[in-house]
Amino acid sequence: MIPLAELIIVAVILLNLAMAASGELAACIRLAAAQGVIAALLPLLAGRGAPSGTIVFCGAVILLKGGIFPWLLTRARVKANVRKEVEPVIGYPASIILCLGAFAASSWLGARLPLPETASVAWIVPASLSTIFTGFLLLTTRTKAITQVLGYLVIENGIYIFGLALFVEQPLMVEMAILLDVFVAVFVMGITIFHISREFDHIDTTELSQLGDWYPNPVKSAAAEAAGAGQRGSYDGGGQSGGKK
Amino acid sequence: MIKPLIQYFLALALAPLFSGVINRVKAFFAGRRGVPVFQLYFDLYKLVHKTPVYSRTTTWLFRAGPVAGLAAMLCALAFLPFGGRPAFLSFEGDLILLAYLLGLARFATVLAALDTGSSFEGMGASREVQFAVFAEPAFFLALAALARGGGGLSLAGIFTNLTPSAWFTASPVLILVTGSLFLVFLAENSRVPVDDPNTHLELTMIHEVMVLDHSGPDLAFIFYGAALKLWVFGSLIACVILPRHSGSWLVDAGAFILAMSAIAALVGVVESVMGRLRLLKVPYLLMTALTFSILALIFQAGR
Repeated sequence: MIPLAELIIVAVILLNLAMAASGELAACIRLAAAQGVIAALLPLLAGRGAPSGTIVFCGAVILLKGGIFPWLLTRARVKANVRKEVEPVIGYPASIILCLGAFAASSWLGARLPLPETASVAWIVPASLSTIFTGFLLLTTRTKAITQVLGYLVIENGIYIFGLALFVEQPLMVEMAILLDVFVAVFVMGITIFHISREFDHIDTTELSQLGDWYPNPVKSAAAEAAGAGQRGSYDGGGQSGGKK
Repeated sequence: MIKPLIQYFLALALAPLFSGVINRVKAFFAGRRGVPVFQLYFDLYKLVHKTPVYSRTTTWLFRAGPVAGLAAMLCALAFLPFGGRPAFLSFEGDLILLAYLLGLARFATVLAALDTGSSFEGMGASREVQFAVFAEPAFFLALAALARGGGGLSLAGIFTNLTPSAWFTASPVLILVTGSLFLVFLAENSRVPVDDPNTHLELTMIHEVMVLDHSGPDLAFIFYGAALKLWVFGSLIACVILPRHSGSWLVDAGAFILAMSAIAALVGVVESVMGRLRLLKVPYLLMTALTFSILALIFQAGR
């Protein structure tokens, strides 16, 4: 039983690295979904005294993370007409090295965290910490709004795995609540991305840096032109061109 | 004492067979009959009887390259376990020597290539060394991960210590190590995702372009050295996926050779179903191997 759970942990970490290295948006969405599904299998294996209803819970998680989230994200991606590439701020090798370093650091940290002795698999804490870190990496170094949702999902995967380390009756409810939040968040973000992309020609977050009041008609066309020209500096003429992000 | 020697000569005799197996599998996928399995033996026989041609611009480095490369491989084979059984030479730290012998063989080939003064060969040498920067740490760390599992720093110790039960207790580590070794195996033997052994376009070749100017027995040494290198990497993988059984020597040896053939067939399948990567993407592939090795080492260390 134990090696199977460990294999899942290894798969989760490898998926982290794959997401850090993957340059294609569709592939990233699939990878995040696969990670969610694989991580959702963990309580079936790892929880020794698993509470009743674990199977229902796992089924719900798999349905959400493996089916609904990727569907919503893919839909947002198609509707927003996002180009295929992820366009990271730092290079892929640097991302991989950061992820590996994060895993090394979190396995060092995981050995020192005072946790209740319920964790039946030794690698749950390092895996969850490094997954959370990968989520932050995706959030900070990718410029598309849609990858930021992905980073958010990956962080949730990490929190979910961390919850398993404290697997007693209570966190099931907490996890359920987090899952609901994330569901709503992804839903809302999908709609937001769609709206951003309808207002502007892109969902590049480096250009969505100014917050201001939204004047529908004149500024919209100015912003669209500015975005089309790809010049960030020329926004100052309009003054209020940032989206309501 | 006699059995390790038999193993050694069996390895020397069988090594060229596996490139034939790879070629037959590729031919099968392409719907051809393909060259005979023993083609490399015929080629070697033919090449040994030819007179080598040396360019006037070359020096002794050019002649020393193939000999040094083959000699390094012959040394490496002397302490390589055969089917999990120790070879006749084994001492503490021989896996480090193995890594350095492989590096020495590469160094000799690269020097000989640079010595010709051909720009194509310089290009091939540059690529070979560039990819080695990623492949060598991956290989070394994979061995380190295995060594960390017990058995000390000798290959014989590692593979005597590696029992089938390790696949139940330490399967994540072994899977990662196998994956890393297989990727390194493909890269080091200039197989398809990294290099195409059949290509004859100098601009894209890596290994083949380095040996363009060698002829006659020198070329035979290079081919034989490459076959031995295939054997070295393949047998490490075979030893990991097929840990030593307590059965008789014959059964072990037979299973080992079957596993080697399976690995060769797998290489043939890989070459048939995918094209080679762009040169810019190759470091990513090797970085994947390096990542597997590092993860395996971390997992093994925390065990």
